[in-house]
Amino acid sequence: MSGWAGRAHRQFRQALSNLMLSVTALCALLVVGVLFFILGYLMWNGGSSVDLNFFTKLPTPVGETGGGMANAIVGSLKLLFLASVVGIPIGVIGGIYMAEFSGKLSAFIVQYTADLLNGVPSIVIGIFAYTLIVLRMKHFSAIAGGFALGIMMIPITLRSTEEFLRSVPGSLREGAMALGASKWKTIVTVIVPAAYRGILTAILLSMARVAGETAPLLFTAFNNRYWSPGWNQPIASLPVVVYTYAISPYDDWHRQAWAAGLVLLGMVLLTNIIARGVLSRGTSAPR
Amino acid sequence: MNAAVGAMRKMAVGAAGESKSDPVAGMQPRIEVRKLNFFYGARQALFDVSLTVPINRVTALIGPSGCGKSTLLRTLNRMNETVKVSRLEGEILLDGEDIHDQDVTRLRRRVGMVFQRPNPFPKSIFDNIAYGLRINGYKGDLAEAVEKSLRRAALWEEVKDSLQKSAYALSGGQQQRLCIARALAVDPEVLLLDEPCSALDPISTAKIEELLFSLKDNCTMAIVTHNMQQAARSSDLTAFMLEGRLIEFQSTEQLFTTPTDPRTEAYITGRFG
Repeated sequence: MSGWAGRAHRQFRQALSNLMLSVTALCALLVVGVLFFILGYLMWNGGSSVDLNFFTKLPTPVGETGGGMANAIVGSLKLLFLASVVGIPIGVIGGIYMAEFSGKLSAFIVQYTADLLNGVPSIVIGIFAYTLIVLRMKHFSAIAGGFALGIMMIPITLRSTEEFLRSVPGSLREGAMALGASKWKTIVTVIVPAAYRGILTAILLSMARVAGETAPLLFTAFNNRYWSPGWNQPIASLPVVVYTYAISPYDDWHRQAWAAGLVLLGMVLLTNIIARGVLSRGTSAPR
Repeated sequence: MNAAVGAMRKMAVGAAGESKSDPVAGMQPRIEVRKLNFFYGARQALFDVSLTVPINRVTALIGPSGCGKSTLLRTLNRMNETVKVSRLEGEILLDGEDIHDQDVTRLRRRVGMVFQRPNPFPKSIFDNIAYGLRINGYKGDLAEAVEKSLRRAALWEEVKDSLQKSAYALSGGQQQRLCIARALAVDPEVLLLDEPCSALDPISTAKIEELLFSLKDNCTMAIVTHNMQQAARSSDLTAFMLEGRLIEFQSTEQLFTTPTDPRTEAYITGRFG
């Protein structure tokens, strides 16, 4: 190919390349745009309602203005705490088993199961916690909600703990074992410390992920207009409050729902940013 | 061919002391390998290897890639057991005791190992050296022990002001000396070195060779190396291996000047490998 035909072909390829580049850039921009659109929309609708009262006061009855969602914020934190108590030890220790001890078949089975569990709709996990705990205790409770969220955390922490442990170079294992460390000592004193930033990040991300879950809480933790003193009562949480307020017929509640959504998103974003910071702050080991 | 190898080995290793060139005659053995056969799954990696590593000497293992020299080294502190499908026949004696009758963690404390690539832990310099002492429940003064090991590894002067810094801040050569110091901290009787300089530049390599020389008085060393000059410079005895067999074991001087086996000669003169 030479001369005119060659030039035309080149121009065509150049144009095609530019077109594809634009399409990919546009898609990438859309991804970023969606997040900022949501954020902006939340700010626009709920920003004015986020004030000190929002963080310190209880909700007011319909018709009365003011009030806040202190109970829902604390409730969300309490639920997250319970979820962590369930999800983190099982996930992390399971991940250690997967990365360090399991054979090929058992690894495959657990990985596959964990991935399936990760894909189970959250409402189904809610039903599970409902039948297992709520029906037996005969009332809604923070424990039931925390349990449901904790189950959702397990596959995420398990799989990522496993991944981060597997990425610790084998030479570190050998180094420790050559000094007379047993397998357990090697894991506890070298492997896990080498991967702890990654594991911590995974934990934070899984917390951020379940913090926004609504469905499993609807019939486990339920909701509460007041403070929930212990762990045994129904408890308010930000996502459920957003849900209840958003479908109510009152304008004032709508504004509150936007505000709660904004606070929730802010908390999740903050956790994500902290997680990124933790991961990037130090390299755990050279590859 | 096999018969010739057998005869050659008999001569080289000097079984029963009848050979004119027993390289370890009169030396006290630290490690004795007897008729060692080693398998990865169905593949045999070592064939009937017998070798004596004498006390407080540097013994070099040379040979082309895949000849089994690293495998042989790794059987000496049972690191081969980290490979699940491996199988071993024969005896390895440390000070006359079969190493397979000993607790493996205790054995590895007595027989330390330095690897091909520096593998410091993602911890501070101090904690790296103290690691072996801590896991073994050392009761004495840690700081003192760390200093002693770093001095033995000729690294103290370079790191004494930055003991709390990450070991990753060190250069490759310093990291490797750190790994040697880490191995020395638990005071092993034997130090196994698996191509310790292959990832290092010539200056760092020279430092490590110097270090090996200075350690020789109270440590038995076995070093696997690709580098024949290194074997010639730093070892007292050299074993040449080929395809999983020990071909020739001589004093280093003799092996490099008047090898008895034509294959050894071919290898050290660079005709293959």
